Amino acid sequence: MRTLSRMIAAIGAVSLVAACSGNDGTSGGGYPEQNITIVVPFSAGGPTDTVTRMIADPMAKALGGKVVVRNAEGAGGTVGAGDVARAQPDGHTVLMHHIGMSTAPALYKNLDYQPLEDFATVGLVTEVPMTVVARQNFEPATFQDLVSHVKANAGTVTLANAGIGAASHLCGLLFQSAAGVKLQEVPYQGTGPALTDLVGGQVDFMCDQTTNTSGQISAGKVKAYAVTTPDRVKSLPDVPTTTEAGMPQLRVSVWHGLYVPAGTPPEIVQKLSGALQAALADQAVIDQMAKLGTAPVTAADATPEAHRTHLDEQLKTWAKIIADAGVQAS
Amino acid sequence: MDLFDNLMLGFSTAFLIQNVLYCFLGVLLGTAVGVLPGIGPTATVAMLLPITFNFEPVTALIMLAGIYYGAQYGGSTTAILINLPGESSAAVTALDGHEMARQGRAGPALAAAAVGSFFAGTVATVVLAVAAPPLADVALRFGPAEYFSLVLFGLIVSITLARGSALKALAMIALGVLLGTVGQDIYTGTPRFTLGQRELFGGIDFVSVAVGMFGIAEILRNLENERTRVALVGAVGSLWPTAEDRRRIVGPILRGTGLGAALGVLPGGGHVLASFTSYAVEKRISKRPQEFGHGAIEGVAGPESANNAAAQTSFIPLLTLGLPAHPVMALMVGAFIVHGITPGPNVINDEPALFWGLIASMWIGNVLLVLLNLPLIGIWVRMLRIPYQVLFPMIVLFAVIGTYSLNFNAYDVYAIAFFGLLGYVLIKCGCEPAPLLLGFVLGPLLEENLRRALIISRGDASVLVTRPISAVLLALAVAALAVAVLPSIRRRREVVFAEDE
Repeated sequence: MRTLSRMIAAIGAVSLVAACSGNDGTSGGGYPEQNITIVVPFSAGGPTDTVTRMIADPMAKALGGKVVVRNAEGAGGTVGAGDVARAQPDGHTVLMHHIGMSTAPALYKNLDYQPLEDFATVGLVTEVPMTVVARQNFEPATFQDLVSHVKANAGTVTLANAGIGAASHLCGLLFQSAAGVKLQEVPYQGTGPALTDLVGGQVDFMCDQTTNTSGQISAGKVKAYAVTTPDRVKSLPDVPTTTEAGMPQLRVSVWHGLYVPAGTPPEIVQKLSGALQAALADQAVIDQMAKLGTAPVTAADATPEAHRTHLDEQLKTWAKIIADAGVQAS
Repeated sequence: MDLFDNLMLGFSTAFLIQNVLYCFLGVLLGTAVGVLPGIGPTATVAMLLPITFNFEPVTALIMLAGIYYGAQYGGSTTAILINLPGESSAAVTALDGHEMARQGRAGPALAAAAVGSFFAGTVATVVLAVAAPPLADVALRFGPAEYFSLVLFGLIVSITLARGSALKALAMIALGVLLGTVGQDIYTGTPRFTLGQRELFGGIDFVSVAVGMFGIAEILRNLENERTRVALVGAVGSLWPTAEDRRRIVGPILRGTGLGAALGVLPGGGHVLASFTSYAVEKRISKRPQEFGHGAIEGVAGPESANNAAAQTSFIPLLTLGLPAHPVMALMVGAFIVHGITPGPNVINDEPALFWGLIASMWIGNVLLVLLNLPLIGIWVRMLRIPYQVLFPMIVLFAVIGTYSLNFNAYDVYAIAFFGLLGYVLIKCGCEPAPLLLGFVLGPLLEENLRRALIISRGDASVLVTRPISAVLLALAVAALAVAVLPSIRRRREVVFAEDE
C-alpha cells in the first residue's frame, strides 16, 4: 500500500509539475506558481487536520496563492511524511506533522526518511497541551497523591493509552520514567475507546490531549490532575501544571510544525515561514485555537531555526525514552 | 412537557430549508454509497468532512449523520439483489433476501426492508429523544469483560445462521475468527500471519471477504448450471408484499427494532451484533424455521429493522457523552471540534438546538429515505432481468473498483478472487459463508476485549464470571450452545438408530 500511494503521489507530483511548468521560474521570485498542497499525514477531522485547515486560508492570503489540504494517513503519519520527503523541493508540497516526526525514527525500524536530513523546517505552529486524567472515583486527590499512590500500588494501577506510538502512549512512558515506576499499560485503538473506558471507570488513569479531555473534565466525568505544559491552560484554569505539582520532567505537548522537502530554496522557505507567522497572528486563528485549549506559538518559534532546534532536541529525548521502554511499532 | 418543548426546538431547527436540503443530500449520498459495494460511509464522510467546515454546525452534523444511516439503509439493496453485502450487517440480509430475489420476490424483500427500516428508525429516534442519558450510563457499565462475553454470546448465536450442520457452522466461525487475526497485533505491534507482506499488516479487508465469499462465490455457483444461469431471476412476481407477507413481518419488525435499539447503545461493537441476533431470534421462534435460508421474509424484515434501529441509537454515546462508537462518529467528533463545540456531556445543555435538531433531522431523514427508496424498488427489480452475460461481469467490475478505491491496495482485489474461490469450495462442501463472515468481524473484538480484560485483571480469568453482566452473558452463551448443538446430536443418534434397524 505504501509503495503504491507513493507511486501515485509521485505520478501526481510529476504530472502537476509537467502541467504547470509554463515558465522556468525556480528562483522563488514567482513563487507560488501553482496551488500549494499541505499534506496532513492523519485523517480528516483529527486534531492535526483541524489545526492545518485553520491556518491554510490565512497562509494562502499572505502568499497570494491557493492552499489545498490533502490527507494522506497511515502508519502513524509515516506514509504521508514519506510522500512529502520524496516530493519536488519547490515549496508547493508542504507537510504538517506533529510530535510523531520526532518519535518515528525510534518507533519504526524501516523508516524510509530521516527527519533532519530529508526535510527543511519551516516553523512551529502550536503546542497542544496534554492532561493527566483519571476515572472520577480514583482515590488520589492531587498530582502528588497520584505519584505516591501509583508507586505504592504499581502492581494494580492501570494506565490506558490510545495505541502504540500515540501521544497518550508517549506521555505515559514519560510519566513512568519521571516517577520511576513501571505500570500496567492498557492499549486501545484510538482515544475514543480509551476515554470511554476511563469515563466508565474500567481503567485508572491516562494522559491525553486537552482537545480530547477538556469536555469530559469540565463536565466532571473525569478527574484532572495536571497539565503537562509550563503554563496553565486557559480553558482549564484550576488544573495545575506538572511543574507546579513537582514533576517538571513531565513536560510534553503535541507540538505541530510545517516542513518542506530538503533542498527547497531558502528564500521559498522564508516566504512560507513569513506566511505562517502572519496566519498565527490572525485573530480568527487565535480564537479558534483557544477553543481547542491551545494557542499559536510566538513569532520567534514559527521560524525555521527555532523549529529545527526543537526537532533536534525532541528527537534525542524520545530516542532515549522509547529505547528504554523497549517499544517498537514497525 | 420538557420533552415536548425540546422536540419543538428540534423540529424548528431541522425544518429550516437548508437543513432539510442537506439532510436529503446526506441520505441520498448515503443510499448511493450503501448500494455501491466497497465505498462505505466512513470513506464518504472523511471525504466530505472538509466541505462541511463552511456550514453551520448543525447543518454539517445533520448531513454527516444522514450519510451514516442512509448507508445502512442502502446496503440492503445490493445484498438482496445480487448477494453483495457492503457492510457486515447487510450480510445477514443477503441470506434470505437474496433467496427471495432468486424466487422472483425481490420486490417484497426490498419493501419489507424499507418499511422495517422506517419503522425502526422512527422508534429509535424516539428512544434517542426520551432516554438517551440513562441509556448512556448503562453503556458505560460495559467494560472489556462484558464486551468479551457479549461477543462470545453473539458468535454462538450465529450458529443458527446456518441452514445445515451446527458443527460445520462452528468450524466456519472458527475459520473466520482465525482470518480476523491476520495483521498487526494492537497490543505489541507484532505482525501475525502476514507472510512478510507489508500490505497485510493492516489485516484483511472486510469488504474483500464479503464480496468474495458472497458475491463472487454466488456467481461461480450460478455459472455451474446452464439452464438456471440465463438470467439471475426467471420471473419477477409482484413488487409489493402480499397480505400474507405483511402479516408475517409485523412481529419481526417489532422485535428487531427493540433488539437493535438496545444493542446499538453499546459503543464497543453492539451495533455489529444487532442484525444477526435478530435473525437468530426470528429463526428460533418461527413456526417455520425450515424456511429460513430459503427466502423467509421474516429473515429480511427483522435484521433490517434491528440494523437501522442500532444505527440511530449508536449516536447516543456520541451525543450524550462525546464518545464515538464508530469510525464515522469519530469523524463527527472532528466536525464538532472544527465548529468550536467541545464534544462531551455538556453538549445537550450548551447546544440544545444542535442536539435536538440532529435528533429531529433523523426522523425527517427516515421519511426521506422511504420516499426515496420505495419508488426505486421497481427500477432495482428490473435490473435483475439483465442477462447474466452482462450482469455478472458488471457485478465483478463494480466490486473490484469499489474495493480497490477503499485503500488503493491491490491486495484487497487479490483477496476478492481468493475468497471467491474459497467461498465456492466451501459451499460445495456444505459450509456456509455467513458464520465465517461473522467470525471474521467479531473475532478481533473477541480477542481485543478478552486480552484487555485479562491485562486489567492481571491475568485473573475469574473477572469474566465475577462481574454480574459478564456472568449473565456467559451463561446465556452456554445455554445457546447447548440448544444449538443438542438437536444435531439427537438427530445423528436417530440416524444411527435408523441404520441399525
